[in-house]
Amino acid sequence: MRHLLAIEQLSRPEIEAILDRAESFAEVGRRDIKKVPTLRGRTVVSLFYESSTRTSSSFELAAKRLSADLVSVKAAGSSVDKGESLKDTVATLTAYDPAAIVIRHPSAGAAQMVAEWGEAAVVNAGDGKHEHPSQALLDLFTLRRRLESLEGVRVWIVGDVLHSRVARSNLVAFRAMGAEVTVCGPPALIPRGIEQLGCEVSYSLERLGEADVVYALRLQRERMRESFVPSLREYAARFQIDSRRLGRHQLLMHPGPVNRGVELSGDAIDSPQSLIAEQVASGLVVRMAILYELLAAGGGRPAAGERDRERQPTPIGQPA
Amino acid sequence: MSLAEALDMRPGEGADLVLGGATVLDPAAGFESVHDVVVRGGRIAELAAPGSAAADGAERVEAEGLHAFPAFFDPHVHLRVPGQEHKEDIETGSRAAAAGGYCGVIAMANTEPPVSTSADVEALREAAREGASVAVGFLATVTRQMAGEELTEMAELREAGALGFSDDGLPLVSARVLRRALQYQRLCGGTIALHEEDPELSGDGVMHEGPVSAALGLAGIPSVSESTTIARDAALAGYEDGRIHVQHLSAAESVAAVRAAKGAGVRISCEASPHHEAVRSLDPRRFKMNPPLRAEADREALIEGLRDGTIDCIATDHAPHATEEKEVPFEQAAMGVTGLETAFAALHTDLVLPGVLDLCLVVEKLGGGAEPFGLERPSLAPGSEANIALCDLSAEWTVGEEGYESRSQNSWCAGRTLTGRVLMTVAAGRVAYRLRSFSLGVAQ
Repeated sequence: MRHLLAIEQLSRPEIEAILDRAESFAEVGRRDIKKVPTLRGRTVVSLFYESSTRTSSSFELAAKRLSADLVSVKAAGSSVDKGESLKDTVATLTAYDPAAIVIRHPSAGAAQMVAEWGEAAVVNAGDGKHEHPSQALLDLFTLRRRLESLEGVRVWIVGDVLHSRVARSNLVAFRAMGAEVTVCGPPALIPRGIEQLGCEVSYSLERLGEADVVYALRLQRERMRESFVPSLREYAARFQIDSRRLGRHQLLMHPGPVNRGVELSGDAIDSPQSLIAEQVASGLVVRMAILYELLAAGGGRPAAGERDRERQPTPIGQPA
Repeated sequence: MSLAEALDMRPGEGADLVLGGATVLDPAAGFESVHDVVVRGGRIAELAAPGSAAADGAERVEAEGLHAFPAFFDPHVHLRVPGQEHKEDIETGSRAAAAGGYCGVIAMANTEPPVSTSADVEALREAAREGASVAVGFLATVTRQMAGEELTEMAELREAGALGFSDDGLPLVSARVLRRALQYQRLCGGTIALHEEDPELSGDGVMHEGPVSAALGLAGIPSVSESTTIARDAALAGYEDGRIHVQHLSAAESVAAVRAAKGAGVRISCEASPHHEAVRSLDPRRFKMNPPLRAEADREALIEGLRDGTIDCIATDHAPHATEEKEVPFEQAAMGVTGLETAFAALHTDLVLPGVLDLCLVVEKLGGGAEPFGLERPSLAPGSEANIALCDLSAEWTVGEEGYESRSQNSWCAGRTLTGRVLMTVAAGRVAYRLRSFSLGVAQ
């Protein structure tokens, strides 16, 4: 694995290697000194064009736990504010010879472009509404600790699928691990053609009882202004996961931050079935595992021929 | 009116040429046969028996094995003048047209500022007389500054030489404004060319709404954004008996809407672009244009529309952009691709050689852009103004290898090897282009 750009580009063994690696870092996390020297002397750039709390902090802490030097750039207050293009910003940061660039950007394909421009390993920490692969991996890690296998497990992804990069990455990730996926939400928030990714579509929670895992998505409050849903009240009445709808056997997940009382009720968040706190805890070890797999496990940069091959499945990059 | 009379280009001597032994294909006249094509003083003097025409002081071009077509006419290009000369200008854009076998083009008015006054039109016509290699016509905007609200001074613009009207780049959102323009058209003439799109439905879409946009999380532009607007505007044109031309059809529903309007007797014509028609596998994730590349079923519907006559002509929507406007993430990239230099070769490679469309039909549609704007279709009939594209149908070339005549490089065919190449173009009676190696005799 040279970059982590999209779950779509990972094979099941590659996913499992990251999850196994994360288990070993979980052990490190229980020590008094939680730091390992693996990436000593190497530089990790964290480049965030969008606000983020958990993703940026856990990637940055992960880099520090692996003893890497960290350069953290936020779009606000940087040269990006002065109109510098993504290409020029990346070129500037490349001068530090980073081993990895972790990037979040509001546009789909931004991470792919950065990967095409330079030599650093690129981690997509969210590109527009396209993918958020490290979230999907930490969700798989969290689930795997509860369920032995995802083979045949039925997952319902509920909410604003249209605007969610988490929904897309997780749909692909759950399927790659053998789960069956249903996406559910109001019709205007389910993208046309999503079933071609291999999921079922439902516009009601009627059959939610079939699910083993319920994965709720954040509903942004401004969506009703664009008529995607008539009101938060009606959305909550139809699609909120509460303790009445959530069965005892079902596990509940959410990528955060939660709109308490909109997509999830307070009692569901605090219920024993909820894995939300564990998801946050998994974030650190899975992101350590991602950086490790990219920078340490494979022994660095592949030969030119291999690099070309790895660049092949191009999800989306620079258009003509 | 001939192109030389109706449009503007750099003045020059009428060509004296003999294209010896060329295979002459003129779809409008309905013939394909081998002739010596004799051009005298910029007009087709004679289609003589092969080997029979004496040069008589004219340049003789050995054209055995080569095809002579009526040169192509593109009703939809962006020359970017005034205001965006870093992308293209009249000289580079018209050179690109000549290199693609075009004798004439119509430039869109969505410049900076837009072409909204008679002074704008006069300045452009003057610039074309100074620098254009092919005949150039200019549209003016329908509404002032393309704001979609008040009509331009359409009658005065027509007197200044505007060929017609279009707010291309933006749709006319207001049905009332279009209706008023159609009413005013009775006074001043001038076809109204329409970019059909409902911004309410397109929203902030950047690609066709379908499985690919769903997988990438990109906002989609649904097909109905185009087709519902065409249906509305066709109804308005029918009601006011106006003359409209629908630009760059992309969706199957749109072909059906135009077909229905034609069936109902509406005075409507339409165009489609090679990048929407030509290749099965053009990756929508690698190209950004508006209207977007749509599904395979849409591409097939466009081809059927060309076959059954619903689609009158092929237009490139040549849209040059600077590298830095494309070297950004998909959502931020500028819309559009260049196409003048590759239109014939791409259609020949992707549609004629595999047997999807007849060569004769493709040549006819490439010349079909003149009539919707009241111009004579380029013809090879003796007596006509000489407008000739001389092509080698077996020549293979790699697009971009030798650079572009256009100032921009955002060709949708970049890097592809195409079969069929324009070797020489005669536009409005003047030699507008020769492939360099051909003029040196290397191509033979």
